[in-house]
Amino acid sequence: MTLLRVEELDCRYGLLQAVRGVSFEVSPGETVALIGANGAGKSTLLRAVAGAHKPHGGRVMFDGADVTSMPAHRRVSLGIALVPEGRRLFPSLTVEENLRVAAARRGRWNVQSVLEVFPLLQPRRHMPAASLSGGEQQAVAIGRALMSNPRLLLLDEVSLGLAPIVVDAVYRSLAGIISEGTTVVLVEQDLTRALEVAGRVICMLEGRIVLEGEAASLDRDRVIGAYFGLKRPA
Amino acid sequence: MTVVNAVLQGIFLGAFYAVLACGLSIMFGVMRVINLAHGDVAVLGAYVVFVIVQGTGMSPFVAFVVALPVMILLGYLLQLTILERSLKSGILTPLLATFGLSIVIQNLLLITFSPDVRSLGENAGAVTTSSWQVTSGLSVSTLGVVILVVAVIVFGALQLFLSRTRAGWMMRATAEDSDAAELVGIDSRGVYARATALAVAVAALGGLFLAIRSVFDPVSGPTQLIFAFEAVVIGGMGSLWGTLLGGLALGLAQTLGAHINPEYSALTGHLLFLAVLIVRYGGGRVSFGTAR
Repeated sequence: MTLLRVEELDCRYGLLQAVRGVSFEVSPGETVALIGANGAGKSTLLRAVAGAHKPHGGRVMFDGADVTSMPAHRRVSLGIALVPEGRRLFPSLTVEENLRVAAARRGRWNVQSVLEVFPLLQPRRHMPAASLSGGEQQAVAIGRALMSNPRLLLLDEVSLGLAPIVVDAVYRSLAGIISEGTTVVLVEQDLTRALEVAGRVICMLEGRIVLEGEAASLDRDRVIGAYFGLKRPA
Repeated sequence: MTVVNAVLQGIFLGAFYAVLACGLSIMFGVMRVINLAHGDVAVLGAYVVFVIVQGTGMSPFVAFVVALPVMILLGYLLQLTILERSLKSGILTPLLATFGLSIVIQNLLLITFSPDVRSLGENAGAVTTSSWQVTSGLSVSTLGVVILVVAVIVFGALQLFLSRTRAGWMMRATAEDSDAAELVGIDSRGVYARATALAVAVAALGGLFLAIRSVFDPVSGPTQLIFAFEAVVIGGMGSLWGTLLGGLALGLAQTLGAHINPEYSALTGHLLFLAVLIVRYGGGRVSFGTAR
């Protein structure tokens, strides 16, 4: 039983090919970390799964249905939610409006339960998103994605540009969300953190998957080798 | 007392400009599209009301309510057929597309209705002629008050819609980041179509007021567009309350100019517009393309 199946996916920006024939599967309840150097194609891959980037070739299957040509907003109603890189909140909307505008599917998550997971947002509830700190904005971005009650949560570089102590707080909240059974695919630059939180790791290099395996079974040197393309694993 | 009278007339005229400018402001605010056919859409609305009044003999105000669904539908179609396609190809294409649309609307109106000048003033009944005599030198026209009240209601309702309703948040979210809006489940295509439908409906209201308070013909649109555009720029692009204030400022400038000399009416309006452009975008200094 797979929730997400990506088949031979090709993504291009003009002549530049960002993702080259990538295939992988994600089972329900899994937490998968996509790692790799800058420009490896991780963000593009996530955006293609979410529907924000139109792939050049290949297929994206979600819960058995082909969603490759489905627009992003309809994938949200199926249960795919992406926390985009750079947070991308709606700056003039308040925290609560940012959350409520994203409510798409019924379920465990609503404004109240999101604020319980991110208590730092409670006093900021009626302030415009633009006035928040980076960590608070990241919490709103994750909360906003949760508001659609996703079956598959995609997280793109949630620690980017945040102080380490804030990153710790964000990951503590994430651990809670993951433990409730939400399927998560996350892009993370920080190798240690990725290996900590994920059950399985997919390492990309120049648009291809070069290493894939259980986080516990991979030794760090092998991952680092794949990460930088120092020694290609056979 | 005549200056007070000029100020009052300026506010009434300004309220009319604000209603005309409202749709232009919505479309720029949500889609960053400057609709060069906006004035012609308003005039088209006036003709739709005109046809209904001619056919049924009902009051233009009632006829406008009948015309409203037609205009909203036209707005949807305008977005889904012309604007959506042109939006995909950069910022210049919508400008050219709406410029072309302006010419098409004018010529369709010419073919259908002839170049005759029309007015709905006499069909509107006592509202166009009645007034309150405050003092011997100051009278308040009923129509002026009606337009001002309607303008405040329209802008107030839009403000409430944008700040209090989920559909309004969706519109603001799409305006601020359409890509991110799609990712939280908002159909940006639908939001754009609704914004255009709203803009066309309010433009038709401007057309109704134009037809009642003065006269119109198939080529009246571009003049209305210029005043609407000036109101939007004076008030600040993309700000709804700014557009209301911009319209009032433009109306005041025109009537106060006319108070000095009737020939100065349009001129003082344009001068205010230029002054705002220079102060806001020229850093307070007039420069004629000198090297930076």
